[in-house]
Amino acid sequence: MTTETKQVTAAVSMESDASLRQDAKLDEKSSFVVVAFILSGSAWLLLGSLLGAVASFKMHWPDWLGDASWLTFGRIRPLHLNWMAYGWASQVGVGVSLWVLSRVLKAAIPARPWIFVGLLVWNLALLVGGVEILMGRSRGLEWLEMPLYAIVPIVFAIALAGEAAISMLYARKVKHLYISAWYLIAAFVSFPLLGVVSSLPIFEGTVQASMNWWYAHNALGLWFTPMGLAFAYFFIPKVTGRPIYSYPLSALGFWSLLLFYNWNGFHHLIGGPVPTWFVTISIAASVMMLIPVITVAVNHHMTIIGSFEAVKYSPTLRFVVFGAMSYTFVSVQGSFQALRTFNETIHFTHYVVAHAHAGVYAFFTMMLFGAVYYIMPRVTNWEWHSPKLIKLHFWLSASGIVIYLVGLQWGGIIQGMEMNNPDIPFMTVVNNTKKWLFSRSFAAILLTAGHFVFAYNLFRLMHVRKVRPAPPVTWLDIQRQRALQPKPEPVTLGKRIASAVERVGNSFKRWANDVKIDER
Amino acid sequence: MIKNSILILGTIGLFVFAMIGLTILPKVFIEPNVEKANVYVWGRAVEGHKVYVANGCVYCHSQQVRPKGYGADIERGWGRASVATDYKGLSPHQLGTMRTGPDLSNIGVRQPSRDWHLIHLYNPRAVVKESIMPPYPFLFEIVDAEKTQREGLKLPPEYQIPGKKVIPTEEADALVDYLLSLTQRDPIKPQQN
Repeated sequence: MTTETKQVTAAVSMESDASLRQDAKLDEKSSFVVVAFILSGSAWLLLGSLLGAVASFKMHWPDWLGDASWLTFGRIRPLHLNWMAYGWASQVGVGVSLWVLSRVLKAAIPARPWIFVGLLVWNLALLVGGVEILMGRSRGLEWLEMPLYAIVPIVFAIALAGEAAISMLYARKVKHLYISAWYLIAAFVSFPLLGVVSSLPIFEGTVQASMNWWYAHNALGLWFTPMGLAFAYFFIPKVTGRPIYSYPLSALGFWSLLLFYNWNGFHHLIGGPVPTWFVTISIAASVMMLIPVITVAVNHHMTIIGSFEAVKYSPTLRFVVFGAMSYTFVSVQGSFQALRTFNETIHFTHYVVAHAHAGVYAFFTMMLFGAVYYIMPRVTNWEWHSPKLIKLHFWLSASGIVIYLVGLQWGGIIQGMEMNNPDIPFMTVVNNTKKWLFSRSFAAILLTAGHFVFAYNLFRLMHVRKVRPAPPVTWLDIQRQRALQPKPEPVTLGKRIASAVERVGNSFKRWANDVKIDER
Repeated sequence: MIKNSILILGTIGLFVFAMIGLTILPKVFIEPNVEKANVYVWGRAVEGHKVYVANGCVYCHSQQVRPKGYGADIERGWGRASVATDYKGLSPHQLGTMRTGPDLSNIGVRQPSRDWHLIHLYNPRAVVKESIMPPYPFLFEIVDAEKTQREGLKLPPEYQIPGKKVIPTEEADALVDYLLSLTQRDPIKPQQN
């Protein structure tokens, strides 16, 4: 490091010294609870990935592990969903949310021992609910398979964390309420209401189906989506060192999200046995979702534009930007697939499964990975060991989910078009989906491998403590440092070709040497 | 910019607004129009419905037929368009949103053979060669041929086990009863909407 760059770094750290010390104090307080949620959720991620992979293989090798009742596809698949949604995504989501709230409200997380007890009960509930599904005692409603005595404690554990969130809102040390806080409070208020209403025993038949899809869609729209957007609104400005492009735009995005997302559920029942006008309301609301989606997309894009290169340096930003872009993609797609003409084709096909993964994985899970990579060094005061392994994790996850989506959505559209042509026998339709199911299994292997790399990174950080984190480096610092450094000579095409030729020549020489040694 | 109370009450207000729309209004508008059930699930079929739920059949089979002109459900012979009355009193509902396999709304009419269903459950590939449906051998008992008077499944030769009989358990019989009960024989009034 040159003396000049040292001076720059020193100046930057002096500027924000007081605020940094305050943040460090808050991080120290939130450390235990946040780490507990992240580690616990990551354990469910590994279990959920294995279940997902097994379910995927069973789709094209139906006889594999087919002898035991608890390993049958119809039990493994819902367990995959439940452990991923309520284990991984919700637990890590709550942990990260509490940390973000503590940072943006400058208030310590209250009632930490109780939140931790809530987490223990939550884990027990997931275990009991999981065993019940495997034993064949599922509730039989998608997204709500776990029996009431498992889902209700989970709702209460989340309500407990939500209570802490609202206390922080009132105890905050800052006057200004940052956008991330709006979204997180909305999520923490909505989910417990959602959980309680869906548990009421007043629904049967067709009305139960409507309740079911109202719940399932809102679990995404009012729980995961606001959390994911809150993280994007927090980490993008944090890492790039640039303020959010427009506040009025964010307010519009926030309220229109709450207004329209709430009404989306019935688009899962297009063509079903419910009065058409209900479905029409949901279709209209789904299309109106373009408003919050476009405002959020513009806001995020305008914030990051000009600092896009930072994606190369910051693992957090890499995951978060991938997540934010996926959010735009999956939501625009969602608005269009709610239209009757498109829905006629893709309803009842693998396309919808892929769409769900675009939401929960490409958007929300990637956002969580980014958040965890940012938070862990700050709450444990230990640095990640290997940037290479983080990069490996990113590429495994990113390529895995892209293969998943492309294969299954393309395959799903073909499946839907063939299914709507009565001249094609049903078995032909099934046979034509097989290759796409294979591509999904390949993606499942990549994703699962990525998750194990992620878990290994976490394990090393927690147990093989080695490096202390460097003082905070922002993208601004990197840009300033680079401005001071002499520019490297530009690499021209001619030079590249010359060096490539040289390398090939060298390898030939080595090969010739080896041959000579062998002959001796 | 946003006050605490506006944030919290606004969220609750918008939530309740839509909750009334999507859960309470359907209760008000759909349920009074639902008279007697069109599809009866009774007797052992009630147990069969539980087996159907326990093994997650809904993740690959829907039980809702879309109306004429929307999709090719009716042209494929899956039945007539479903109406709310078809599901009266049923909990959990098994409408489903996936057709890895065909729709089952009218399976009791489309495939009335009890033996076919039992063999198909024991191993789908014994009757449909290229099927990707999971087998359910755990719904059957494999018993020594001399030890039982009951008739075993009439499996194709390559699926037979020498000296053994494959006997359906109570659960398998109940599940087949349920599948055979899924019929749309009863006439219905035209759809309300």
